[in-house]
Amino acid sequence: MGLAALWLAAALAALQLISGFLSLRVADNPLASVVRPTAIVQAALVAVAFLCLIAVFWRTDLSVALVAANSHSAKPLLYKVAGAWGNHEGSMLLWVTIMALAGGCVALLERRLPEPTILATLAAQAFVSLGFYAFLLIASNPFARLDPVPTEGQGLNPLLQDPGLAFHPPTLYIGYVGLSVAFSFAVGALLTREVSPAFARAMRPWVLGAWIFLTLGITAGSYWAYYELGWGGWWFWDPVENASLMPWLAATALLHSVSVLASRNALRAWTVMLGVVAFAMSMIGTFLVRSGVLTSVHAFAVDPERGTFILALLAINIGAALTIFALRAGTVSEGERFAVVSRESALVFNNVMLTAILGIVLLGTLYPLLAEALGAQVSVGPPYFNPATAVFVLPMLVVMGVGPLLRWRRDLFVRVRPALILPLLVMAGVALWLALSGLHLLPLLGIAMGTALLMIALVPLRGRRLRTVTLPLWGMVTAHFGIGVALLGIACDSAFSTERLVAARIGETVAVGPWLVRLGRVEPVTGPNWTALEATLAASYAGAAPSQLKPQARSFWTPPQQTSESAILTRWNGQLYTVLGEEAEDGRWQLRLWWKPFVTLIWFGGVLVALGGVLALLGRVASDWRRHIATAKIAYRRQRQGRG
Amino acid sequence: MSSVIKPKHQRLVLVLAAIAALIAAALLAAWALRNQASYFYLPAEMVSKPPAADRAVRLGGMVEAGSLKTAPDGVTITFTVSDGTAKVPATFTGITPDLFKEGSGVVAEGHRSSDGVFVADNLLAKHDEKYVPREMRQMSTGEAHQKVEAAK
Repeated sequence: MGLAALWLAAALAALQLISGFLSLRVADNPLASVVRPTAIVQAALVAVAFLCLIAVFWRTDLSVALVAANSHSAKPLLYKVAGAWGNHEGSMLLWVTIMALAGGCVALLERRLPEPTILATLAAQAFVSLGFYAFLLIASNPFARLDPVPTEGQGLNPLLQDPGLAFHPPTLYIGYVGLSVAFSFAVGALLTREVSPAFARAMRPWVLGAWIFLTLGITAGSYWAYYELGWGGWWFWDPVENASLMPWLAATALLHSVSVLASRNALRAWTVMLGVVAFAMSMIGTFLVRSGVLTSVHAFAVDPERGTFILALLAINIGAALTIFALRAGTVSEGERFAVVSRESALVFNNVMLTAILGIVLLGTLYPLLAEALGAQVSVGPPYFNPATAVFVLPMLVVMGVGPLLRWRRDLFVRVRPALILPLLVMAGVALWLALSGLHLLPLLGIAMGTALLMIALVPLRGRRLRTVTLPLWGMVTAHFGIGVALLGIACDSAFSTERLVAARIGETVAVGPWLVRLGRVEPVTGPNWTALEATLAASYAGAAPSQLKPQARSFWTPPQQTSESAILTRWNGQLYTVLGEEAEDGRWQLRLWWKPFVTLIWFGGVLVALGGVLALLGRVASDWRRHIATAKIAYRRQRQGRG
Repeated sequence: MSSVIKPKHQRLVLVLAAIAALIAAALLAAWALRNQASYFYLPAEMVSKPPAADRAVRLGGMVEAGSLKTAPDGVTITFTVSDGTAKVPATFTGITPDLFKEGSGVVAEGHRSSDGVFVADNLLAKHDEKYVPREMRQMSTGEAHQKVEAAK
C-alpha cells in the first residue's frame, strides 16, 4: 500500500515535470492548469506512503525488512516510531515527503509571482523529487519484505535512543528540503528571466523557514552530542556536524542577500547563485551522512553504493542548475547600485565572509577524502577549523554589529559613530581586564566581542517606540543578540572550564571548580533494554546543600553496545558535567568531572537566533497577508463599481 | 563621502572583492591544512621517520599483550602500540573506550613527546560494526593487520 502510493507519487512528479516544462515552451498550453493540482496530489500520496511506514514501525511488523533491521519489540514506543526515520531508507522517504509537501504548499499558496515562474519552479521541484523517487524505488525501497519473517528485530543503535534524537533528523531535513524550494525558485526565476524583488519576497519565507529549522537542528544536535557522547565538548568539527553547518552558512548568506534583493533590487545574480549553492550544500550534507565516505563519531548509516547514487543526483541537479545559471546569468540585468558605506555593502561583506567560511569548512571536510585518493591518510580536526574560521568569523561579527545601523544606498560612517562608542569602550575594558588575568587570545576576543555585540545588537531599537517596532526588526535584533549570547557561551566555555579526572573510592570527595563532589555508591540498575552501573554523586556548590547526580555506564543488549550516560547539573551560571568510567583494580571508580561556567549560553543563543527567525517570518507572513487582503478588497470594490 | 565608485564598475569591483576574499580563504585553508591536518602513522613509520614533536598525528596499531599498565592515580594508562615490526610506547589519561583492550586494534590521536613516548589525547577503539575508524577498517584487511597476525 505504501509502495503503491510511492509509485503513483513518482508518476505524478514526472507528469508535473513534463507539463511544467511544456507549458513554458508553448503559450496557453492546456497542461499548465494540471501542474498545481498534480503537485498537491503528489504531496498527499507521499504523505500516505510515509504514514504507512510509520504504521509498520508502530506495529513492529517484522516482515518488512527495514523494521526487522532497525527495530525491536522491546523498544519504547517513541523510539519505535522514531525508528521509521532513524535509518537510511526511512530518512530518504522523509526527505521526499517533506519535499513533496513543500511543493504542494507552493502550488497551493503562492500567487504573487507570474504564473510561468511558478510553473517553472514546480517543474524544477518535480525534477529534484523525481531523482529521489528513483533512488527510493530502485536502490533503497523502504517497504521491501522479508521471507521468512524473523522472530525478533535487531534493534536501534542505542546512542540514537534518546528523545532529542527522535526529533533531530526531521528538523534538519525540513531545513535541508526547505532549501530545495529556494533552489527551485532560483531555477524557475532563471528559466523565465524573472529575477525581481517579487521573486525575492516569494522566496524569503521559504529561506527563513528552512533556516529556522537548520538553526534549531544544529543547536539541538550540538546539545545532543554534548550530553550523550560524554566527552564534554559541544562541537567536534565532525563531518556530520559540518554537513549540517554548511547548508546553514549558505542559508544565512542567502537570507541576507534575499533581503537586499527584496528591498533594494540589488545582488540579483548573486542571490540566485546562493540559492543553488545552498541546496547543493544540503545535498552534499546528505551525501556525507548517508554514504559513509567519511567515518565519524556519528556516521550511523554507512553504505557506499547509495552514496554513489546521491552523488550522481547531486551532480545532475547542481550541474543542470549551474548550466542554466551560466547560460542565463548574463541576461539577469544589473540591479540597483550602492555606495561603499551602506547597508548593502555590509550585507555583501557578510555574504563574502560566510561564503569564505563555507569554503573553509567544505575544504576541511573533504580534504581527508582527497588525501586518501592521493594515498595519504589524514584527519582534519579543531586545530585546523578553529583558527581558520575565526579569521573570518571575527571581522564578520564586527560588521554584523555595524551593518544594521547603516542606511540603505549610501551612508556616512560619522553618523553611526556615536552609537558605537559605548560598546567599543566596554569591549576594550573587558579585553584589558581579561588580558590582565592571562587569557588566551581567542577566548579573550570572544568574550570581549560577545559583550560588545550584546549591546550593539540592541542599538537599532534606540530612539524608537518599542510598540511600533516591526516584527522583522525585532527578529533581526533577537537573532543578532542571540549570536552575541552564543559567542559569549563559547568563549566562556573555552576560557573558564575546569576538568578533573580521578579514580575515587566510595565516600571520597573530589573538588572541581567551586564544586565538591562526593562519590556515594555505585550499583547496578536495569532499564527496558539495557543494564547499567549507576553512581550516586552528591555535589555541593560553594558549600551549599548538596544535590544528587546519577551518571551511568550503560550496556545495551540489542545491539550489544556500551554507552556512558552523563549526568548534568545546571545552575544559572553554568553546568556541572559528570561521567562515570570503569572500575579500577583496587576498587576505585574513574570519574570525569567538568565545571563549565556559562556553557548553557551556547544553546540559549542558538534558540534566540531561531526565535529571531520566527519573529521575522511571522512579520513577513503577516504583512503579506495584509497586502493580500487589501488587494482583494480593492478588486472586490472595483468589481462592484463595474457592475453598478 | 567621495568614495562612491563609478556605477559602471561597481559589479566588477564587487566580483573582484569577492573573488579576492575567496582566494584568501582558499590559501589560508591550504596553508592551515598543510600544518594542521593530522597524518596517520603506523608504529614502523613512527620509528623510521618520526614526526616533529608536538605535531598532531594519529598512531594506529595493536595494543601489545601484557603491555597495558595503570598508573597509581587510577586514570593514567601506559601501553605499547605495535604493528609487528616496531613498537611505540604510549600513554593516555582518561576513560578508555569499552573495546580498548590488549590484543585489539586502536587508533590514538595525540603527539609524540620529545622522549619518544606517544601522548594520546583520545583513543578510538573498534566500537561496533557501524563505527570503525577509517584507518582501522583498512587495517583489519590490510597489510598492517597481517603483519600483526604474523608477529603473534
